[in-house]
Amino acid sequence: MPKIMSLDELKALRDNVKNKVDLRIKGENVDKMVVVRVAMATCGIAAGAREIMNTFADMVREHDLDYVMITQSGCMGYCYAEPTVEVTLPGQEPVVYGHVTKEKAKEILEKHIQGGEMVDGIIPVAHKSLDE
Amino acid sequence: MSKYNMHILVCGGTGCLSSQSNLIVENLERYIKEANMENQVQVLKTGCFGFCEKGPIVKILPDNTFYVQVKPEDVEELVKEHVIKGRRVDRLLYQDPTTSEHVEDSKHMDFYKKQQRVALRNCGFIDPDNIEEYIARDGYAALGMALSMSTQEVIDEVKKSGLRGRGGGGFPTGLKWEFASKNAADQKYVVCNADEGDPGAFMDRSILEGDPHSIVEAMAICGYAIGATKGLVYIRAEYPLAVNRLQTAIRSAREYGLLGKNILGTDFEFDIEIKFGAGAFVCGEETALIHSMEGMRGEPTTKPPFPAASGYWGKPTNVNNVETLANIPVIFLKGADWFASIGTEKSKGTKVFALAGKINNVGLIEVPMGTTLREVIYDIGGGIKDGKKFKAVQTGGPSGGCLTEEDLDTPIDFDNLIAKGSMMGSGGMIVMDEDDCMPAVAKFYLEFTEEESCGKCTPCRIGTKRLSEILSKIVSGKGTEEDLEILKELSQVIRDTALCGLGQTAPNPVLSTLNKFEDEYIAHVREKRCPAGQCSALLQYKITDKCIGCTACARVCPVNAITGAVKAKHTIDQEKCIKCGACMEKCKFKAIVKE
Repeated sequence: MPKIMSLDELKALRDNVKNKVDLRIKGENVDKMVVVRVAMATCGIAAGAREIMNTFADMVREHDLDYVMITQSGCMGYCYAEPTVEVTLPGQEPVVYGHVTKEKAKEILEKHIQGGEMVDGIIPVAHKSLDE
Repeated sequence: MSKYNMHILVCGGTGCLSSQSNLIVENLERYIKEANMENQVQVLKTGCFGFCEKGPIVKILPDNTFYVQVKPEDVEELVKEHVIKGRRVDRLLYQDPTTSEHVEDSKHMDFYKKQQRVALRNCGFIDPDNIEEYIARDGYAALGMALSMSTQEVIDEVKKSGLRGRGGGGFPTGLKWEFASKNAADQKYVVCNADEGDPGAFMDRSILEGDPHSIVEAMAICGYAIGATKGLVYIRAEYPLAVNRLQTAIRSAREYGLLGKNILGTDFEFDIEIKFGAGAFVCGEETALIHSMEGMRGEPTTKPPFPAASGYWGKPTNVNNVETLANIPVIFLKGADWFASIGTEKSKGTKVFALAGKINNVGLIEVPMGTTLREVIYDIGGGIKDGKKFKAVQTGGPSGGCLTEEDLDTPIDFDNLIAKGSMMGSGGMIVMDEDDCMPAVAKFYLEFTEEESCGKCTPCRIGTKRLSEILSKIVSGKGTEEDLEILKELSQVIRDTALCGLGQTAPNPVLSTLNKFEDEYIAHVREKRCPAGQCSALLQYKITDKCIGCTACARVCPVNAITGAVKAKHTIDQEKCIKCGACMEKCKFKAIVKE
């Protein structure tokens, strides 16, 4: 490791290694994050959820979207529409997309997450969760 | 570029390590590898999360799932359910004691809600052995900022923050730095006092274990401010993990050019050496500490001269405690004004407390100064164990005093605690319930100071011995009312005449318990009765009419003090009874009582 010779070099190194703790900082500030939750139960994984999750992760890294947190959930119950992805903007109700493909993932990221505009493919909420 | 989308943090503090957290890490890595997910899931060993009561702790991010009391054999299920399928393992989640519900993430735990972690900011968050994780959290940026300021500006910033020494005295840190900086010398020293001796306090150890770089960085900033090129950490050898992590930190800081010559391209030179202590309480006193580092007996000397004028090898030396130093980098990163906005008028910032004793959530917490005792004990600490009644809390360890129910709503800060007859000390809080006998508590602390007294001055060497003898007499039922007067008088004399802080504060536990629980002392000497039912010499075991004469108690009694015919009520010969309590435990009919 070459020695750090100035504050600027230190800052450059910090920006370089920031992603090591990024995920943890996002977790700390989860209330202010856009949360993308990919259903990763057996049904989801079989339908390619892991690939969708990686697609989201790649896109977030590529565009350096430090306000987006990608995580996973168990089965959301929409096994007929896997892979499913739940998107929650801060302070808003969660929205679930079904039959998400790589292309759809890109659209969700660009229009919904970055633009705040919902796109086609939303599964209408037909249930109430217990804590409501 | 890391592709991890899940971080699993496992507590690697001394407490959790002793409950096999190392094996948990190994198992996690093995099962994750088996699932071919080692490129997506990162396993990290961090410092202490503070929730030692329920260790070992495993925290999963980014969803903040907080698993408690995880065993190595739970790991397979944890990986298969949570990591692979995204389903939380309910049985390992923390259960809220009042609602009995599982708490999914740490943000909703009462233990963390009222805490504000400044000194502990990186504990349980980063891998302490990896300097890049510290740098990713703006590590060493404060040093960079300080090096671009003049030394007086650095000192002024610390003064403005209002930071006061966290080791016990509460002396303004900036002022201390200024004294050392103004004394010209060819060599000066920065000393980190990591000789944490209070029974029950472990914040300094946890900071060194969880975030050693913050201490390295703060010492370098201090070195720059006072004009020292050499730093020394005085740490007890009984903290092997802290020593190990600190050594790693110093080594990597040297590799990255953050210690040594021309730090960050400036003329500033600084390096750190570790000095081991043998674990003597008195060596936490700065003059004794310096003598111990010089290879002499760990005995204090009178001040002045203060170390700032003549310390290590007679050179100007600045001694700061670990927790004090841990606050320094944050003061530069977030500004002195930010720091001064936390806390009370004269006590700024936060304070770490080690909760121990009869409290539900034993652990390490950090709260803003001015938080009340009630919030600490009931909201964060989860109240008293087994639903018993709160009696008192000892703050400041053997040098402090006890606070009682009437003090529960007092905001905790340096000055309020002194006004209440106790002190902040290093932040140990031993919680006591209705079963604790206060004269016995005082005796415990006096036995500690008696043993730890270095013996240099008479008031401390002989005075603490006499105090502990009188207290032994009282708890064994042989005390007189005259003894209580002698206790008070002797305590005052020791307070006024002992050489150093250890002796001067040693009578505090006696004086404060006498002041707040005088009735208990009187019950011991006048009625030969222990109201808390703890002093075995004053107890009598008696057999009531519930006895059916089964002879179980007579058979278990080790001294044959119980006699009686079969199927007839038995009796205990009080002369022979050694009060071991075996009979009471054995009796199936609750016929034996203790009074």
